[in-house]
Amino acid sequence: MWKTGAALFDLRVTPRCPYAWSLMPRQLYGVTTGVAHVTTFDDVTVIATESLSKRFPRVTALDRLSLDVGPGVTGLVGANGAGKSTMIKILLGLSPASEGRAEVLGLDVATKGAAIRERVGYMPEHDCLPPDVSATEFVVHMARMSGLPPTAARERTADTLRHVGLYEERYRPIGGYSTGMKQRVKLAQALVHDPQLVFLDEPTNGLDPVGRDDMLGLIRRIYTDFGISVLVTSHLLGELERTCDHVVVIDGGKLLRSSSTTDFTQTTTTLAVEVTDTDEHPDGTRAVREALHARGVEVLDSTSGLPGAGHILLLTAQGEETYDVVRDVVADLGLGLVRMEQRRHHISEVFTSEDASDDQKRKEAVGHGG
Amino acid sequence: MAVEHPVTAPSGDQTRIHNIGYRSYDGPRLGRSYATRSLYSQSLRGAYGLGRSVKSKVLPMLLFVVMCVPAAIMVAVAVATKANDLPVDYTRYAIIMQAVISLYVASQAPQSVSRDLRFKTVPLYFSRPIETADYVRAKYAALASAMFILTAAPLIVLYVGALLAKLDFADQTKGFGQGLVSVALLSLLFAGIGLVIASVTPRRGFGIAAVIAVMTISYGAVSTLQAIADAQGSGSAIPWIGLFSPVTLIDGLQSAFLGASSAFPGAVGPSNGEGVVYVLAVLGLIAASYGLLLRRYKKVGL
Repeated sequence: MWKTGAALFDLRVTPRCPYAWSLMPRQLYGVTTGVAHVTTFDDVTVIATESLSKRFPRVTALDRLSLDVGPGVTGLVGANGAGKSTMIKILLGLSPASEGRAEVLGLDVATKGAAIRERVGYMPEHDCLPPDVSATEFVVHMARMSGLPPTAARERTADTLRHVGLYEERYRPIGGYSTGMKQRVKLAQALVHDPQLVFLDEPTNGLDPVGRDDMLGLIRRIYTDFGISVLVTSHLLGELERTCDHVVVIDGGKLLRSSSTTDFTQTTTTLAVEVTDTDEHPDGTRAVREALHARGVEVLDSTSGLPGAGHILLLTAQGEETYDVVRDVVADLGLGLVRMEQRRHHISEVFTSEDASDDQKRKEAVGHGG
Repeated sequence: MAVEHPVTAPSGDQTRIHNIGYRSYDGPRLGRSYATRSLYSQSLRGAYGLGRSVKSKVLPMLLFVVMCVPAAIMVAVAVATKANDLPVDYTRYAIIMQAVISLYVASQAPQSVSRDLRFKTVPLYFSRPIETADYVRAKYAALASAMFILTAAPLIVLYVGALLAKLDFADQTKGFGQGLVSVALLSLLFAGIGLVIASVTPRRGFGIAAVIAVMTISYGAVSTLQAIADAQGSGSAIPWIGLFSPVTLIDGLQSAFLGASSAFPGAVGPSNGEGVVYVLAVLGLIAASYGLLLRRYKKVGL
């Protein structure tokens, strides 16, 4: 993300005038804003940990975790009790690590806690809003608590509330808000001081599907439009697949996997093919399977119990030529090709393949909150 | 969302035409001490219901008026009757009005800290530059200041009235000064005790009841015991018993060192030696309150 962005940045003059934005294709503008902000803290990794451990008397929350997180939207995935919240507390410099070290924005968490917290925003998982004040008053107060002078606090509050999608209702007491609106206020207080990085702890908790999509879209925009890097935790892998550039999976305090979402969901490996039946070939699927086998293309057993699974052939694509082979085979047999699509790997496969060995660890982690 | 590009925004979407996109903030960040001061002023204003709902202004404002009205009446009487002294000493005023003061601390201490605990706002504070100690200091200082305003305002009324009635200037100024020192100590002591109790419970109601109970029951028990001691002729025990309630502590301290006449039965205040114990007890309690609050908030965290 950063590398390609840098190349673009060199080639183009970044316009600062808001009207110039509208002249540029939207996608490009998204990338360049991100880069314009990223250049202010250069090539630095946003979060780095080195054999970070946190032990409580009865449970090990983090176990020698080493991570490097770059700019962008990073998902931190794990079951409840996997150590996600403990990690955020350590990264905010609020809880000392038992072992190892960590840096946020190039600042050591053990010694530079206050400096980190000035540049970082935090949205907690739980409710944290007093019901008897309005969103505006609350966010202004929180902006001042981050060190913004009174006038700037007011301006930034109005801006931020608008960006998260709160309009007239921001003058009403928070007590009367829906869950979705409350989540937006929580997000606004984390963004109001224009941090370089935000920690979002389970931001989609308790939202309905529409609210969830809105929130995920907003999280994506925090990086693409606002240029603020994001660390977002969730126990739902599917959500992060769409939103994040990079996903870190931890379980029982250990690192299961850390890679970019494109690695997780490689698009080349599996092809799904569905064909029609004809009088000549009453079982078209079987005919194609045999013909493909004869041509040396490996067809996977479709073991998934989905409806219609028997009519879908899954095969491993070795490269471009596999598509041609499938096309020719189907044409030769005189069948109709209903579909030929890439099956993306789902992030959850990371868990299914490791589940057996991790049951034990997860049991150990039970009893330690989030 | 920045200015919508004509391709991505169909002509129907006219509502966002003035949306100028995200602006980053390059202005000053004033850091920890500014944040602490902001929390202090917000809490101090909150203690009188300013910046909160109309409903929450009623009680603190009412109590403030109740504190000042008797002082105004006394001044009026003193001026009208051309008396050569005020009917009540500056140091004595807070002791007489102690029920009002207790009620105020009972209602505002939970307002100040229990709300943050109950609505879990505390983690938001600690995810910002301020430290635990800054939070405790700001809250403690704010409530103590609010109580000082409550207790010093009637003294100012008395002092101004006394000057208007052309009472002896040196005498009045000395008494006024002693009164201010006394109510300053009282504010610190009451605020500390109130906050420690309130910080234990996230329920505001419990906090209010607990603070009232501690203030009034301890005072009731101590004055009853002192009365019994007095009736049985063991007057020497009276000052020692007085150490066990906040009101009598202040009373004893000021009659030993601030020229007050004691409200203890038989009007026997502590001697200078005993007075030192009173001073140590008051300062010890203030320090202990601060220490307990620090310990309490170390645990709250995120």
